[in-house]
Amino acid sequence: MDIVASLLEEAVKAGTPLLLATLGEVYCERSGILNLGLDGIMTIGALAGFAATWATGSVWAGFLAAMAAGGIFSLIHAFTSISLGVNQTVSGLALTMLGTGISSLLGAKYVGLPLRNRLMPIRIPVLSEIPVLGGLFRHDLLVYMSMVLAIVLWYVLFKTRLGIIIRAVGEKPEAVDAAGVNVYLVRYLCVFLGGVLGGLGGAYVSLCYTPGWREDIMMGRGWIALALTIFSLWNPIGSLFGAFLFGSVEVLQFHLQEYGVPASLLGTLPYVATIMVLVVSSLGFMKKRLGAPAALGVPYRREG
Amino acid sequence: MMHARGLRVKLERRLATSKTTTILIRMLSIILSLPLIGVCFAFYGVSPLDAYIKIFSGGFGSAHGVSETIVKMLPIGLCAIGLALAYKARILNIGAEGQLIMGSIAATWVALYSDFPQNLTIPIMFLSGFIAGATWAFIPALLKTTLNVNEVIVTLMMNYVSLNILNYLVTGPWRGAAQWGFPQTDPFPSYARLPLLTGTRIHYHTLIILLALTFLFYVLIHSTTVGYEIKLVGSNPNAAMYAGVSVSKIILLVMVLSGGLAGIAGVGEVAGVQGRLMRGISPGHGYTAIIPAWLGGLDPLATLLASFFISGLMVGGDRIQVSLGLPASLVYLFNGMILIFFITGEFLTKYRVSIEMGGRRIWI
Repeated sequence: MDIVASLLEEAVKAGTPLLLATLGEVYCERSGILNLGLDGIMTIGALAGFAATWATGSVWAGFLAAMAAGGIFSLIHAFTSISLGVNQTVSGLALTMLGTGISSLLGAKYVGLPLRNRLMPIRIPVLSEIPVLGGLFRHDLLVYMSMVLAIVLWYVLFKTRLGIIIRAVGEKPEAVDAAGVNVYLVRYLCVFLGGVLGGLGGAYVSLCYTPGWREDIMMGRGWIALALTIFSLWNPIGSLFGAFLFGSVEVLQFHLQEYGVPASLLGTLPYVATIMVLVVSSLGFMKKRLGAPAALGVPYRREG
Repeated sequence: MMHARGLRVKLERRLATSKTTTILIRMLSIILSLPLIGVCFAFYGVSPLDAYIKIFSGGFGSAHGVSETIVKMLPIGLCAIGLALAYKARILNIGAEGQLIMGSIAATWVALYSDFPQNLTIPIMFLSGFIAGATWAFIPALLKTTLNVNEVIVTLMMNYVSLNILNYLVTGPWRGAAQWGFPQTDPFPSYARLPLLTGTRIHYHTLIILLALTFLFYVLIHSTTVGYEIKLVGSNPNAAMYAGVSVSKIILLVMVLSGGLAGIAGVGEVAGVQGRLMRGISPGHGYTAIIPAWLGGLDPLATLLASFFISGLMVGGDRIQVSLGLPASLVYLFNGMILIFFITGEFLTKYRVSIEMGGRRIWI
């Protein structure tokens, strides 16, 4: 039983970067903006986090820097897709290319440097000793914060006036605009939040999950998070399950390697699983895409 | 509308945009991205002007440079005209990289592990490369048409899958016996190698295929019913449906063609350039090709020209990587910048911006 608990522990850790990025993208898409730049944003965050921690010696300074960098970087996409109303898919792709390019250029001098500063896990007394589920309670502070954040973001989105406004902006921007809400501002804020959380998720990879910086550190996590956003039906609580499910796939990948399955074949697992998840999300009862924002990807322009 | 004290910015939809304006704006968007890239060079302690001169002269400044540019244009151009066709139908295939890799794997199987007659080997390599790339693109196309699964994410995920398959093959069952443990296959026999133009690395079979396909796609788009249907599906799928066009059929067709072309690009890389399959057989050609497809306005001919231009920048970029010691994925930065400026430029082709300052009005 303890093995299961420790597997769960690893899965939660592996899933945390996905969770953070997915939560941000849920808000972004709920407001009607599709951000395919997520992988680039996460890579920028991973580098900013690593560089800031390297310079200051504080992991928390790293997280802050990653959030700032991810947020600011995402504003490029906000400008092109909200203010200019261009094709969001192309803009997002450009952002990913840009993020990959910038971070490999600026990150060259950090490749292979060891990171001495770590976040220490906090074992929650009693809870961490529960069989199986104990694996949920043996983590560093950021993991707990992300879980709490998922619940808070769910509450805000579905139980507050602000949440109603965000969802309405993604469904019927004209109507919200007529009611006096600034559609552009709401969308800018949601894209910014997506960037902040994406950056933080990226930094969790470079600071905690696999400490260190490499160009290909993200391994497509941003794209997996985009699929998880659909899988979660644009719901923060759904993201929580989706992210930990994918964390388990990643953990499974490492453990199967011990049984002699070639690493490169196991490497396909998360990506095949992502495609499966997308297929499942489009099947049967989910076919109606419950919760898919009606105005997702549609530029809004106030004529006149 | 954006307001500031004494400054007023107004947008007006352009009723019609002349071809000249469109081309001017596109050119301008590339030129404007250069200073920004320069900032990154400067950050690295490299003089931007020096870097640009080296990039342009590296790609276009000599016969050797131009021939290397053509070598790069072969895979990029093949992927790009295929992608442009898919984008024309608004199917965003981002999977050219994986489709290229599958094509190179299929060609390698033919070259090293099959018993076809030697004189048929090369045509069969091209054919199998096309089929492999097309099959790899067919999967996301089928998911799109039957379940409406987002093709951007699926094609991207399949890139990672094919990359892992490639790495499995060249580090496992296909690793060459005489390769000292390097992740690559044994070299292809001479009958499975594409001949080169004397004094260059241009494998002209692939060049002829690229030029022929560009012409064919041009005709397909501009003067056939299928071409018209592709454009209709891309601009207005509902209208296409009412007009009796099978949207699914068009989606499957453009994806199979664009995947197949990327597969052919993969054949050229293993049989023409490397002479073997190896890890990193494509340094992201399939991603790079997205740029010329958009820069060329999704027109086959213009896409080919844009591919030549972008390939030249890449060759020049390689040059400065070696001489100035910059990291290899610098090209992504280039590509991203150009694309961002390009889409901003596209906005200017649709809207007119007027800036009012103290009673004076400036039109852009």
